[in-house]
Amino acid sequence: MNIGNLPFVAAALLVVFGIYTFLFKRNLIKLVIGVSLVETGVNLFLVTLGYRTAGIAPIYTFAPEAERMVLPTPQALTLTSIVIGLATTALLLSFAVFIHRHYGTLDVRKVKELRG
Amino acid sequence: MTALTNHAPVLLIAIPLLGAFGVPLIGKLGRTARNTFVGLLALITAAFAGLLAASVFGQAGAPSLYVLGGQGFGIPLPSGSTVPIRIILEVDGMGAFMALITALITLTGAFFSFSYWKERSGGTLFYSLLMLLTAGIFGMELTGDMFNFFVFLEVTSIAACGLIGFRVWLKNSQEAGFKVMALYTLSGLFVLLAVGLLYGQYGGLNIAYLAGALTGSTIDIVALGLLLTGLALKAGAVPMHMWAPDAYGEAPAPMSAVLVANSQASLYGLFRVLFTLFGLTVSVAALGWILIVLALMTIFVGVTMALIQNDIKRLIAYGAVSQIGYMLLGVGVGLAVSAAKPDYGFVAMQGGIFHMINDAACIGLLFLASGVIVRATGTRDLNKMGGLAHSMKWTSVLFIIGAFALAGVPPFNGFASKFLIYEASFKLSPFLAVVAVLSSILLLAVFVKVFQAAFLGARQEGLTSEVPMGMMVPMVALALVVIAFGLFPGFFVDKIVTPAANALWYGRDAYIGLVLGGG
Repeated sequence: MNIGNLPFVAAALLVVFGIYTFLFKRNLIKLVIGVSLVETGVNLFLVTLGYRTAGIAPIYTFAPEAERMVLPTPQALTLTSIVIGLATTALLLSFAVFIHRHYGTLDVRKVKELRG
Repeated sequence: MTALTNHAPVLLIAIPLLGAFGVPLIGKLGRTARNTFVGLLALITAAFAGLLAASVFGQAGAPSLYVLGGQGFGIPLPSGSTVPIRIILEVDGMGAFMALITALITLTGAFFSFSYWKERSGGTLFYSLLMLLTAGIFGMELTGDMFNFFVFLEVTSIAACGLIGFRVWLKNSQEAGFKVMALYTLSGLFVLLAVGLLYGQYGGLNIAYLAGALTGSTIDIVALGLLLTGLALKAGAVPMHMWAPDAYGEAPAPMSAVLVANSQASLYGLFRVLFTLFGLTVSVAALGWILIVLALMTIFVGVTMALIQNDIKRLIAYGAVSQIGYMLLGVGVGLAVSAAKPDYGFVAMQGGIFHMINDAACIGLLFLASGVIVRATGTRDLNKMGGLAHSMKWTSVLFIIGAFALAGVPPFNGFASKFLIYEASFKLSPFLAVVAVLSSILLLAVFVKVFQAAFLGARQEGLTSEVPMGMMVPMVALALVVIAFGLFPGFFVDKIVTPAANALWYGRDAYIGLVLGGG
């Protein structure tokens, strides 16, 4: 079955949902989820860029001519981006833990000493 | 010496990066060993930045390559290939200029910290993150590859937020850390999405290769919009500045200046994208005016918000935000007219770029001075300070030098670059110059208020007297830079600013040609 442009649509939807969550939710953990959603959308977009229908993995020293291969570079980019995403998510969540310790809440409306 | 100069670009990234992981280990040996190690790292990095700048400016800012993974470090393309797939660092006048700024700020920041952290806990973490941030900033400035640029952008984001929030016992630092990290991550993802869009069309990641292939299609414009949003967010341009005062205000004093250098590196990325990557393939006049509007908002909002602050560090932070606007204004005017290339456009570019190093020096001086003030009074609230000039004569002199330079008062460096910006933007539209001049005057009023609140007034009991030598020397060094750049602007504009402005304004073909051959 040919899935056509569906993965691109899915990636765009993930990014939009993520940005919506980031802008309109008030719980710090949900903000982190929003950022993660955007990140997943971008990663899906990158992998989809390199995908070729019925392609094989590009692991050759001398590549055969006729084979269809998926592109390796976007996969390398995605892997890097996932690792970076892990670091940022961990850092964000640990900030959320400490904010909960100091303020006793995760509601952004109550965590607002820094204004103006 | 030549070998060292040749390898300087990669060493500038490698030394602080490896050093960052060495600091916690050396830290086990004791405080003196750790401080010596960090001091040496900072000095060596600064020396390499100096060597690199000397060699690049010696050739009038012509770009040079450093290729990793090839037979030699000067061969960008594998034999028989036309697509650059190696890791390429490309340094031209603008990159070397930014490396100088970073070296100046991290060197003074590190040496200031030695005394600053004597009385506080958490020093080893601090130095480790500082070195990581330095490596990331150098990486952003020297790389010739869009994806590597994204990776280094994220390295600086994570290290910067670590620096803002590593003192987990402080309530505000956690709030600031969360906010800044969330926005930095979003900005990074915008950049990554744009890189993906460009790769999808042209199958390359190298800046020179992409620049040679760009056609200005609709998808390119979308990618440009994403890059502009992401990088302007990270540079702290209004209306995406909400994080900046929190970040500069809550970070430890010697760090706030380095965070400003980090914002400037994003600004450099934006200029690189606009001038070298896209160049004239898109409508530069429209883009230039977008930058100018961003710049006017940044200047105006930064200064008016500074006016109502009572917290000394937040006040200086808003001052720093407004200065980003002046750089955007200068370069925006240059970009708007870069199709016709009239003389005043080049003057505007010189002004905007010159202002980057001037701002780094005088904002750095002010943040360091604020650290000294907070240390002496134990408060950041301007209403609770007063009479500091009685016990801290030198600090008050240094503070007023920094404040006058920031506000653009004649004998200091801020005036030299702002004057170029006023002059050139007046020729495009008098309105721009009027806003810029009025905001500068307002900024002067703000800092006169600060000076009056903190330094003048009756002597207060129980204040520590003068500052330790270790804090004084970096501040004096920055003040000397401020004065030297103010007294001899012509010399510095000729030697370092003009090659940097040239690299952006005329250097696109040379930048592309060096990697792809011909050109």
